[in-house]
Amino acid sequence: MAAAPQAPTPPVRKGFLGWLNKRMPVDEFISSQLTGYYAPKNFNIWYFFGSLAMLVLVLQLATGIFLTMFYKPGELTSFDSVEYIMREVNYGWLIRYLHSTGASAFFIVVYLHMFRAFLYGSYRAPRELLWILGMLVYLALMAEAFMGYVLPWGNMSFWGAQVIVNLFSTIPAVGPPLVEWIRGDYGIADSTLNRFFSLHVVAVPLALLLLVMLHLVALRQTGSNNPDGIEIKKNLGPDGHPVDGVPFHPYYTIKDIFGVGVFFILFTIVVFFVPTFGGLFLEGPNFEPANPMSTPEHIAPVWYFTPYYAILRAVPNQRMGALLMGLAVFSFFLMPWLDRCRVKSIRYKPFISKVALGIFAVSFVALGYLGLQPAEGLYVALARIFTVLYFAFFFLMPIYSRMGTPKPEPTRVTYHAH
Amino acid sequence: MAENVVVVGNDEVDQSRRKFLTVATAATGAVGAVFAAVPFISSWAPSERAKAAGAPVELDVSKTEPGQMTTIVWRRQPIYVVRRTPEMVGELKGHDDMLKDKDSADSDQPEYAKNEYRARVPEVLVLIGLCTHLGCLPKQRFEAHSAEMGASWPGGFFCPCHGSRFDLAGRVINGSPASVNLRVPPYSFPSPLQLVVGVDETHKEGAA
Repeated sequence: MAAAPQAPTPPVRKGFLGWLNKRMPVDEFISSQLTGYYAPKNFNIWYFFGSLAMLVLVLQLATGIFLTMFYKPGELTSFDSVEYIMREVNYGWLIRYLHSTGASAFFIVVYLHMFRAFLYGSYRAPRELLWILGMLVYLALMAEAFMGYVLPWGNMSFWGAQVIVNLFSTIPAVGPPLVEWIRGDYGIADSTLNRFFSLHVVAVPLALLLLVMLHLVALRQTGSNNPDGIEIKKNLGPDGHPVDGVPFHPYYTIKDIFGVGVFFILFTIVVFFVPTFGGLFLEGPNFEPANPMSTPEHIAPVWYFTPYYAILRAVPNQRMGALLMGLAVFSFFLMPWLDRCRVKSIRYKPFISKVALGIFAVSFVALGYLGLQPAEGLYVALARIFTVLYFAFFFLMPIYSRMGTPKPEPTRVTYHAH
Repeated sequence: MAENVVVVGNDEVDQSRRKFLTVATAATGAVGAVFAAVPFISSWAPSERAKAAGAPVELDVSKTEPGQMTTIVWRRQPIYVVRRTPEMVGELKGHDDMLKDKDSADSDQPEYAKNEYRARVPEVLVLIGLCTHLGCLPKQRFEAHSAEMGASWPGGFFCPCHGSRFDLAGRVINGSPASVNLRVPPYSFPSPLQLVVGVDETHKEGAA
């Protein structure tokens, strides 16, 4: 908020708060980050998902801490300790279902949060770094979810770990020894399970917290984008604040609390009534203990990885498949430089850009569906078509994003008082 | 001597000397950090216990009926031991054009298994039973030309995860996501049909 010439000076406090503020900049922090941080006033429903992602992170940390009190990592103990949590620990079933549903909820809100950025061009300059930090959060989240999925040591845990760890064996030369190093044994073993446990409960959560903090720091520097994709900082009022901005607190804290309420209604319905979500959130074969001598008939990852899994299986060459799967994730990082349209928001982009985003959304969902199906016949053929469309969206963007005539951007945000 | 001494005043800083010392200190620290990382990184490698558990395993193949398969575990990996019948050995010829790597040039096997049988003796096939695509267990589909696998099917293995197919020598068939043949572990026969997996000319007993 360096642009504000007259930042509101917090009142001089007496007593305990005075004592506190001399020693720690509490008031200064609140006024610079909350009450004096101006966000665009035209946020819509898409702007709920950032704060909801924070909420789910806290929920996962809290439930995870309690699960760790009862879970015993180890080839011989993991599966039984999860059953113990489910059957014998008081409310253990609830804590575990909150955690397992929370994992899927995390990806739902993060995917919607990312799609918001696609809609309104939130990845564009000057928010490239904000976008990249967000993508790093997404990568850490994928690692966290994958390793967490291995911990119950069900048969799908085991074979999921086998398939994903073996992806690294496709790296030329260093692949096979690298895989042995990751596993700590000649196969997925106790050693693998224990190191995944350590990473899942300590290392990756720490990295996640750090990255989320940096994501927020970068957000405070650039300020939020908005559905019109125009910079509110270009239009400052006499008080030095954007005329189209409102203080984050109380305006958006109250809005976000409403979102939290709606979220918890939907979330608890799933937790209490459909915690496995028809095999999508918790898969059937994982209710059997890990068996290195028996592959489940049909290996599918949890739904949030299936778009990439479909791409992996669509390629009839293992190295190319793994490479394209990696590229499918990495492509997101390039968004700020692939989009060459003059305007940021989908509201003002030409028709062709709208069609492209629509094709991408359909491809992503379709690949997600196909990744859950067996790799045969029509499913593979469709996965190949959607894989091509998926990559076309990214790598033809420098061309099609310059085509057509964008509608003129407004000078003020589009806003109707309620 | 004394007249050549350059006097540096208290308010002047020798920038090049400071830069050299900064770089030298940082470089020394970086080298130290690399050495300090070695124990932590090597802690992830298979432990002595894991290596000991990876000792050779034996199997009396004469107890397996011709045409049947026995699975044993070596180093946490399933080892498929197929006692091939003369008919099964005969099926290995005539479908070279269906194979991605018929000469096993890009595949992983000991030298003595780098032949059309991919085995020391045609009668006994020894394979690591993990799909070379992403490590699932291929299932037996030994019957050639079966209704399920199609008229051109030479008999072999089918991976249920991603649909890779292999013939009765573990050679990968065109159209599979796997790119190389099933791996062959080191093995030997101290006496006929007495199989030892994990020991051969280059892998001595007791060696990791």
